[in-house]
Amino acid sequence: MAPKKKFDPVKVLQEIESKFEMFQILDMDGKIVNEQEMPDLSDEELVELMKRMVWTRVLDQRSISLNRQGRLGFYAPTAGQEASQLASQFALDKSDYILPGYRDVPQLIWQGFPLTQAFLFSRGHFKGNQFPEGMNALSPQIIIGAQYVQTAGVALGIKKRGKDLVAITYTGDGGTSQGDFYEGINFASAYAAPAIFVIQNNNYAISTPRELQTAAKTLAQKAVASGVPGVLVDGMDPLAVYKVTKDARDRAVAGEGPTVIETLCYRYGPHTMAGDDPTRYRTSDEDSDWEKKDPLVRFRKFLEEKGLWSEEKENEVMEQAKEDVKAAIKEADATEKQTVTQLMDNMYEDMPANLKEQYEVYKEKESK
Amino acid sequence: MAQMTMIQAITDAMATELKNDENVLVFGEDVGVNGGVFRATEGLQKEFGEDRVFDTPLAESGLTSLGLGVTLEGYRPVVEIQFFGFLFEAMDGVAGQIARHRARSGASKETPVVIRAPFGGGVHTPELHADSLEGLMAQTPGLKVVIPSNPADAKGLLIEAIRSNDPVVFLEHMKLYRSFREDVPDEEYTVEIGKANVKQEGDDITLIAYGAMVQEAMKAAEALAEEDISAEVIDLRTVSPVDYETLVKSVEKTNRAVVIQEAQRQAGVAANVASELSERAILSLEAPIMRVTAPDTVYPFTQAESIWLPNKDDIIERAKQVMDF
Repeated sequence: MAPKKKFDPVKVLQEIESKFEMFQILDMDGKIVNEQEMPDLSDEELVELMKRMVWTRVLDQRSISLNRQGRLGFYAPTAGQEASQLASQFALDKSDYILPGYRDVPQLIWQGFPLTQAFLFSRGHFKGNQFPEGMNALSPQIIIGAQYVQTAGVALGIKKRGKDLVAITYTGDGGTSQGDFYEGINFASAYAAPAIFVIQNNNYAISTPRELQTAAKTLAQKAVASGVPGVLVDGMDPLAVYKVTKDARDRAVAGEGPTVIETLCYRYGPHTMAGDDPTRYRTSDEDSDWEKKDPLVRFRKFLEEKGLWSEEKENEVMEQAKEDVKAAIKEADATEKQTVTQLMDNMYEDMPANLKEQYEVYKEKESK
Repeated sequence: MAQMTMIQAITDAMATELKNDENVLVFGEDVGVNGGVFRATEGLQKEFGEDRVFDTPLAESGLTSLGLGVTLEGYRPVVEIQFFGFLFEAMDGVAGQIARHRARSGASKETPVVIRAPFGGGVHTPELHADSLEGLMAQTPGLKVVIPSNPADAKGLLIEAIRSNDPVVFLEHMKLYRSFREDVPDEEYTVEIGKANVKQEGDDITLIAYGAMVQEAMKAAEALAEEDISAEVIDLRTVSPVDYETLVKSVEKTNRAVVIQEAQRQAGVAANVASELSERAILSLEAPIMRVTAPDTVYPFTQAESIWLPNKDDIIERAKQVMDF
C-alpha cells in the first residue's frame, strides 16, 4: 500500500489562489499584450468608449468643484475608475438592469440617466431618483451590500420572465466583507440567475486598506465560496474590463449563472467630498504609481497609434462635457423645490390614516 | 362555509391569490415541498409548481431582498421569515430597503411585497422564536403591519395584503394557528387593512388588544361582566396604521380604556395607542389609559412563559384599577 498523502490545507489554498491571475489586454503603454482576447469592437465603438471616459473624467472634475461651491451635495469621486465603470457598462444591453453603489453614478448616466437628475440625486431631490421610461435601474445604494442581495432578486425575476437580460451590480473592496455581499452572490448562484457582480477594488474603504478587509489574496476568489466563476481583471484597462463583462453577460444570458468580476483600480480623489482627506492614509508615491496606469493615458496611446484619436478630438469632448455640465446644473437649479406633501404622496399608493391627517396639516402650511 | 383553523385560512388565502394572479410568488425557507414548518404552504408547490412556490437558501437578508428584487420584473412576492425573531437578520432588507423603496424612487416604483412570519408565546418554543417585534415594524414609515387574531380575519387580511401595492408585514401568532376553528367563507373576500373590529360591545370600559391578547381580553370581558362591568373589546387587526376613529368612538362612549399587548411594556404599540388616544379623547376620559404588557426583560426562558406572558387575570386586574381610579 502506498503511504497516505498528507493533506496540506495551506497548499490547497495556495493552489486555489494561484488560479486568480490578473487578466489584461492593454498594458500601461497602450500596447496589446493579449491579442487573442481582443474584444470584438469596431473603430466607432472604441472611439465612443474613449469619449465616454474623457467626458466622465471632466464630469468628476466639475462635480468636485461644484461640490466645493456648494452647488452639489453628496459626491463620491470617480477619477481613475473610468475603465472599471464605463467599459463594464459598455458591455451591457440598453435594457439590462443596473444596481449601482453610491460611487456608480457614471454607469447610470451612460445607461440613459439624464445628467440633470444625477445632479438632483447629489443634492437630495426625489426627482433625482426617478428613471426615464424604459431604463431599468435602481438609485445609487447607500447601504453597502444591499445592492448585491437585491440584484439576486432582480436576476431571478429576469430569469422567470425568460428575458435575455442581465442584472449588474457594483460594490467596492470594503463591501466584500459584508454578509449581503456573500448572500447576494450565493442566492444568484443557487438559482443560476443572470447576474454580474462587480467588485471595484480601489484598495481603500475610506481609510482602511484592502489588506485589513481580508487575508484572501484576491477578492475574485470569494466567488469560489458560492461555486461561481470569479475573474480578476486590470481595472485600469478598458478593453480587459469590457471583455470580461461581455463574457459574463453572454454566460448569464445563456442560462449559465452569475459571474464575479474584481477590477483592480484606484480612486485619485477622496472617498467622498464630505470631509475625507486621503493624505491622512495614502502616500503621494502611491498616487503617482497609479496615475501611470491611468486608463485614459493607455487607451489614448492605443487609439492614437491606430489613428483614431487626437488632441483635437479630446478637447472637443472636454468642451462638450463642460457645456453639458453647465446646462444640467442650470436645469437642476430650475427644478421646483420639494414639499412635504410630495414626500407624503410618494410613501404609499394607499395612504394610511395617520399620514392622511398629517397631509392636511402640511397642505395647509404649504398653501400659506 | 368551512370550519378552518387560522393556518388553514392562511393557506387558503395564498392559494386564492396564487390562482388569481400569476405574478404572485411564495418563497422562504422550507415553504416548498415541505409545505412550511407549520404547514402554512402545504400543497401549494404541488398545485402551482416550483416556479411559483419555492425554497430559498437559509439567509433571511437574502430572501427578503430577493422579494424586493423580483418586484422590478412585476412579481408580487409573499416572503416567509420562518420565525419573526430572525427579523434582525433581515432588518435592512425590510426596514432599510423594502419600506423605503417607493418613496426613494419618487413613487416611480411600487413595492407589492408581503412578509409573513410566525411569532408569539405560549407554545414553548426555543429562544428567539416567540418575541413580539411588531413595534419595530410599526415604527418604520412605509410599512403596514397586520396581526390577525382569528381564521376569518386572517384570510381576508392576507388576500388584501397580497393585493396591496404597499409592503405589508403580516404577523401570525403561533398559539392561534390551530387553537380553534371557525367558519371561514369559501369564496374570496378581503378585510380592509387599517380597520379595527369591535369584537364585543360594552359601555363601561374599552379593552384594546391584538394577536393572542384578543382572546385574553374576551375572557376578561366575560369575567368582568359577572361583576357588572360591561367591557367593549376591540381587536386592532392592523397595528400600523391604527384605526383611531373606531377607538375614539368607543372611548367617547365608555370613557375608560386599557391597551393590551403581549410585548414588553417598552415595546409593542400600546404606548403609541395610549398616547394618541389621550391626544384625541382626553375630555372623554374618566381615568388614565392604562396598559397591560409583559415586563421589560428579554423574552422568557420556556418554562417561565406562564408567569411572564400577560393573560386575562392581568387584564381583569388592570380594568378594575381603571374602573376604580
